Amino acid sequence: MIQNHFLSVLIFLPLLGAAALLILRGDDHVWIRRLAITVSLSEFALSLFLIPKFESALSGYQLEELHSWISFPPIGYHIGVDGISLFLVLLTTLLTPVAMLASWKSINERVKGFFVSLLVLEAGVIGVFLSLDLFLFFVFWEVMLIPMYFLIGIWGHERRIYAAVKFILYTMLGSILMLVGILWLFNVTGTFDLPAIQSLLQSGRVSLSQHGGPYSELLLFGAFFLAFAIKVPLFPFHTWLPDAHTEAPTAGSIMLAGVLLKMGTYGMLRFCLPLFPNAARTMAPTIAVLAIIGILYGALVSLVQTDMKRLVAYSSVSHLGFVVLGIFVFSPAAMQGALYQMLAHGISTGALFLLVGMIYDRRHTHQIAEFGGLATPMPVLAAFFLFVSFASAGLPMLNGFVGEFLILNGTFEHHTGWAVFAAIGVIFSALYLLWVYQRTFFGEVTNEKNRALPDANVRERGMLWAMAAVILFMGVGSTLITQRTEPSVLQVLDQMHRPEKTQPVNARTDGPEDFPIITPGLSPDKSAEDAVQVKLPAKKAKGSR
Amino acid sequence: MFPSPNDLMRIAPELVLCAAGILIMVIEPFTGHAARRVIDAFAALAGATALAAIWLPAHHTGAAFSNLMQADHFSVFLHAVIGAAAFLVILAAPSYLDREGLPHGEFFALIFFAAAGMGVLASAQDLVTAFVGLEVSSIASYILASYRRDSPRSNEASLKYFLLGSFATAFFLYGVALVYGASGTTILPRIDAGVTEPTLLALGLALVFVGLAFKVAAVPFQLWTPDVYEGAPTPVTSLLATAPKAAAFALFLRTYATVQHASNVWFWGLWVSAALTMFAGNLMAVVQTNVKRMLAYSSVAHAGYILVGFAAAAKSTAGSKLGIAAVLFYLAAYALMKVGAFTALAWLAGPGERHLGLDDFAGLAAKRPVAAACFSLFLLSLLGLPVTAGFLGKFYIFDAALHSSFIWLAILLAINSVIGAYYYLRVIVAMYMREAKREFPMERVPAGVFVVLTLASAGILYLGLFPSRVMSFAAQAALLLK
Repeated sequence: MIQNHFLSVLIFLPLLGAAALLILRGDDHVWIRRLAITVSLSEFALSLFLIPKFESALSGYQLEELHSWISFPPIGYHIGVDGISLFLVLLTTLLTPVAMLASWKSINERVKGFFVSLLVLEAGVIGVFLSLDLFLFFVFWEVMLIPMYFLIGIWGHERRIYAAVKFILYTMLGSILMLVGILWLFNVTGTFDLPAIQSLLQSGRVSLSQHGGPYSELLLFGAFFLAFAIKVPLFPFHTWLPDAHTEAPTAGSIMLAGVLLKMGTYGMLRFCLPLFPNAARTMAPTIAVLAIIGILYGALVSLVQTDMKRLVAYSSVSHLGFVVLGIFVFSPAAMQGALYQMLAHGISTGALFLLVGMIYDRRHTHQIAEFGGLATPMPVLAAFFLFVSFASAGLPMLNGFVGEFLILNGTFEHHTGWAVFAAIGVIFSALYLLWVYQRTFFGEVTNEKNRALPDANVRERGMLWAMAAVILFMGVGSTLITQRTEPSVLQVLDQMHRPEKTQPVNARTDGPEDFPIITPGLSPDKSAEDAVQVKLPAKKAKGSR
Repeated sequence: MFPSPNDLMRIAPELVLCAAGILIMVIEPFTGHAARRVIDAFAALAGATALAAIWLPAHHTGAAFSNLMQADHFSVFLHAVIGAAAFLVILAAPSYLDREGLPHGEFFALIFFAAAGMGVLASAQDLVTAFVGLEVSSIASYILASYRRDSPRSNEASLKYFLLGSFATAFFLYGVALVYGASGTTILPRIDAGVTEPTLLALGLALVFVGLAFKVAAVPFQLWTPDVYEGAPTPVTSLLATAPKAAAFALFLRTYATVQHASNVWFWGLWVSAALTMFAGNLMAVVQTNVKRMLAYSSVAHAGYILVGFAAAAKSTAGSKLGIAAVLFYLAAYALMKVGAFTALAWLAGPGERHLGLDDFAGLAAKRPVAAACFSLFLLSLLGLPVTAGFLGKFYIFDAALHSSFIWLAILLAINSVIGAYYYLRVIVAMYMREAKREFPMERVPAGVFVVLTLASAGILYLGLFPSRVMSFAAQAALLLK
């Protein structure tokens, strides 16, 4: 059972945990916390089994599951994992317990709702990474908005409601247009199944331009890309991010920066490039320029922040700019780097938010000016902060370096100019991180309130050691990860090829034969059952006719 | 001319509803106030029986009363929607009537008559029969709207509804007269064959559509909606906002599908009306601070969404099947979420419906977690979030629109969904993210309200997760509608 439905178990275990939490009494905080952390840690342990199960040499989807879900229109529950999603799932399962532990003491109101939200969020994000059906993908994509919305809006800071509403409206605007795109694609190909659509488009049996006019591929690309660009967020769609991050509780920021932003770049890799390669190539220069603007703009704005959390938030804009650049260079090295940078950013920015959250728990402020000389009262925390800052700035031997190097390397081969500008961003990132470190931790203790702050306790040290270990591991053992991602990345590039000549067939025929054929006069109950059983005409087969 | 058993079976739900209404009218004067529980129970039983009676026309499909009515999958589907809405309203109403000190018996009788009229409208195949159904349901609705006799708002709502409704009826009837003049018949399937004056027929059908557009609150005939929905007692609003829409759309769709002359000419009008209705509803809803009024405007917006599906159905014969099925599914989903939302609202508003402001909902989630969760689910479904019925409804509408190549209309619908998200989320913000500003009633949720909230939530999740059965039935209804 678990063998055949391993990925489903991964998706639904957190949901089951959330349901179990709902049964507990609301004021029983101790057991709510214990149960939640148990569920998320077992989820992490379970997800580690993905690595031995995963055949690193294969490029296609593995551990696939396919069940029919909705008969009209044909929608399947199709999930699977490949090199691109594998480590993103692991990142999610790792960061969820970290986010829970980070809020162990700081969340004391409506504790049950908080942990339920985190678990539902985890399930939703894993679902997004594993879905191979566009409809299913969209369901998970939207469903995970609600827990995040509550996390920001209920347990956030002062302007939390503004930030929560801004977050959800921005995301929704993008995603609803993506829904239109998904349905358009369905009308052209007759299926929601991603591998099926991929093979129809790649083999040339269905051509987007033939069906919906010369601009249809570009428009479809735009519908998908906008949703992902808002999520990433790519300059100029980034304005929701600083607000959301600043107002979110620590756990929310960790999940937001660590995993949710990756859904955007993941979507670009999974959908935009393989499905709409021509449009992607057309738009690549524009997108790359936006990405580079994002890299530099994010870095410069980080430099002038007075609020630590906002600084880390803007640094995400900069780092994610690298990822987008790496994706749209279309070189294997840069794409590998982009994927690596996604993981590295998840860990190191997650850790940065964790550290900022620890400081906030002690002083209830994020203002840099309030601090100074923090290394004196809390040397351990200071040491970890420095380590993570180095990682985020891309110091060799740590995780940030691998991704940035690969991206710059790959970009330099094709577009020297882009690489030069992007490299300036690396310098800036070292600058703002080290400068904020200097102002907060070095020197004399400037504010008397800070003199007696307690250093990291056992729980906090445990989390920090774990994060530091992952950072170091990703810095030195990168090949263990890249060898598993490489086949899939190469496959994405391979999927971008289209045959020269196409003989498109409109897969979705007009007319009533799209409907289940039912003889009139049957009793409605029975005929409804029949209708479910009557398989719709196989659209794929029609496409190949 | 005595009706055959088949005729009677094909109108079984209406017979049950009318009989129940008359029985209550007869019994009530002889029973005292103390016996109101008996009346409640009888009404609930009759509502359930009427729902169950749909089984008969479903198993004996065909024309009734010499082609005046038609029992087919289409009418069965809409009967189920109307019957379910009426049944839920009846279940939830007793506690409201007690709280407001309103008589029970008449209320149920009027609901039954209104539902019977809508049922006739849903299966009418003849314009004059449809008119009878329309009038029966309308007159009952006018009285229901003013059911809180001592409330000026309720009276205002009723008067407005009555005046504008009469206009609409007049348009409708005039249209029917012209149709008759142009084709010599009012029976829909015979119009095409008998038409002698196509222009006159087009004009007549246009007037019929204007009358129906009033009923579904389509722009530019939506102006009465917010006042009536806000002023009417909330349980009545939950019926008015859902069932008559289903009934009016039924005749709309049936006319379209049956009369060839109706198609093609009007679909651009529908396109424009759909776009304007969405925007009119949503933009006005955004600025409301009264939740009931906001939901009233949101009804207008939802009528716009349904019109998108209708426009898609009108564009081409290929799209029409998809479009009709999408409209049917949406009507079912919409009835569940609107009845659920208004039921929750009726209870939360407190005595005299005083607490309807956005601020009155602040902090509700901490005090009343289950009610807040249910209300949120209804709002999220209205918003169109996945795993709810509202999402799949919208999904099918999008699908139909794109299938008919209404890309711009689909994009307008998308934009409207985001506008809608803003004001639905505001209520959720208030419930979950703000501090309470008032005392909440601490009495238990009345059993009837609880049952309705549970049923509506379960229905919304069922349609959201496993829509196949209902959708294939709707698809079948669309396929057989000719």
